[in-house]
Amino acid sequence: MAHDGTASPAGSGNTELVRVATSEHRLARYGLIAAALTFVALFLVLPLAAVFTEAMRNGPGEFLTVLSDPETFAAIRLTLLVAGIAVPLNLVFGIAAAWAIAKFEFKGKAFLTTLIDLPFSVSPVISGLVFVLLFGSHSLLGPWLQSHGIQILFAVPGIVLATVFVTFPFVARELIPLMQEQGTSDEEAALSLGASGWQTFWHVTLPNIKWGLLYGVLLCNARAMGEFGAVSVVSGHIRGLTNTMPLQVEILYNEYNFVAAFAVATLLALLALVTLVLKSLLEMKYSAQIAASRRH
Amino acid sequence: MTARTASLWQIRQPSVIPGFGLALGVTLSWLTLIILIPLSGLVWRSSALGWTTFWELATDQRTVNALRISFGTAFLAALINVVFGVILAWVLVRYRFPGKRVIDAMVDLPFALPTAVAGIALTTLYAPNGWIGSLLTPLGIKVAFTPLGIVFALVFVGLPFVVRTVQPIMEEIDKEVEEAAATLGANRLQTIRRVLLPGLSPAVLTGFALAFARGVGEYGSVIFIAGNLPYVSEIAPLLIVIRLEEFNYPAATAIAAVMLVISFAMLLIINMIQAWSRRRYGYGA
Repeated sequence: MAHDGTASPAGSGNTELVRVATSEHRLARYGLIAAALTFVALFLVLPLAAVFTEAMRNGPGEFLTVLSDPETFAAIRLTLLVAGIAVPLNLVFGIAAAWAIAKFEFKGKAFLTTLIDLPFSVSPVISGLVFVLLFGSHSLLGPWLQSHGIQILFAVPGIVLATVFVTFPFVARELIPLMQEQGTSDEEAALSLGASGWQTFWHVTLPNIKWGLLYGVLLCNARAMGEFGAVSVVSGHIRGLTNTMPLQVEILYNEYNFVAAFAVATLLALLALVTLVLKSLLEMKYSAQIAASRRH
Repeated sequence: MTARTASLWQIRQPSVIPGFGLALGVTLSWLTLIILIPLSGLVWRSSALGWTTFWELATDQRTVNALRISFGTAFLAALINVVFGVILAWVLVRYRFPGKRVIDAMVDLPFALPTAVAGIALTTLYAPNGWIGSLLTPLGIKVAFTPLGIVFALVFVGLPFVVRTVQPIMEEIDKEVEEAAATLGANRLQTIRRVLLPGLSPAVLTGFALAFARGVGEYGSVIFIAGNLPYVSEIAPLLIVIRLEEFNYPAATAIAAVMLVISFAMLLIINMIQAWSRRRYGYGA
């Protein structure tokens, strides 16, 4: 009630006559709410609605035909494969980084944390470019890779590398503040009772951080499946082979095959909605076990 | 005690918790392999160009225009996001209205929705024959396929950065401060302008910087709506892609290097704002 803006002096129904000094006038409140809602509608709700409407433009029949296209299938499979490799890799990295940074005091810790955040301030296109410069045919490694028949660019390894680069900080970023907050006393208790290091990790630390970990994995996965810029640069856009779902959306759209483009986009939009719902549930039920870092 | 942990003994404070060597080892190797080596490859390649070549490539008119468009539209979008992001955060923190929880969750949509999907959806909406575009066309406003379209896409992408940076700080505001201001005779507008906003300014600045930084590098949501006319509505990341497709690696490298330097400078500024605000207000933004 405190945030309601109107006071209710005991028994008096005349609430609007007495206004709480720490809230805005009723009209101002309505105005602000209206402005916020309009903004949300224009920039968030309508785009989402447009995806589903455009996909269904020619009815559900065509929608399903498009989705059962073998190229779409290949794109879905590749997206799942890439996320299936990139997310676990960054999960292991995130736990290791959080363990080192949150449980110990050492020199250069702040600098290390900054380095982990680095991919967030690099344009996705540049994230792809660095791998082209590293593995391309004109690079130092290029000729050697070619002579050994190793294909990294325009193939799955390149897409995985670019995805790992882009999603690098997600899990670590979620775990570091959480584990810092939890301190080391639980682990010290377990160790003093005779548990080994790994036992302590599995039975004490992991249960403490599991919801925060899941939260990080959720965000990491959403980005891994949806990454466009970085993957676009390294993929080579070979249809049915190196097209992930977002790239397939682009290709179909640029061919003016809008219904198909939006049909594939629906799947990604559904992924986003599921991510948001799970994220909100985690925030609601386990807010204490998810680090106070609601920004990303 | 293995030799490895013993050698690390000097750089860290003693602790009974095991696994420092392993955890730091994994972290540093992964960081080096995935981030540091590829990025230093870019730095090395751009320094190998030589200063004259680099300068020529970086000051090419098309490159300069693309950089100007990227930074200009990102700046404008971040400004719009500051205004509406602060209003949205305020409404979510202070007021009660139906559907509030859904809207709060929706704010994160730009984090979760793949940028390519956002791009085609916004283009469809704001194209001259789209739901919103058809309403704007009679007014003479063109959004899609103009620089304004880029701004709109970047507003979408940057919105959660401002809201999620400002929101937690607003939740922490002590109501007593506002009560004190009101008791001392300030009207509501004065309280907001002179008491609340100054305390929020570090968070707002950080949110602005994060949204701006993200907008500068954004690619997926922009390329569909921008129209991509060279010199007019072509963003820097797209120009990198075009140069790559032309196998003009030196030009791509030079543009990327310029963007990286500016981005890192901004990262530094964000960190400085946060350090300053911790000193000044006792909390990080």
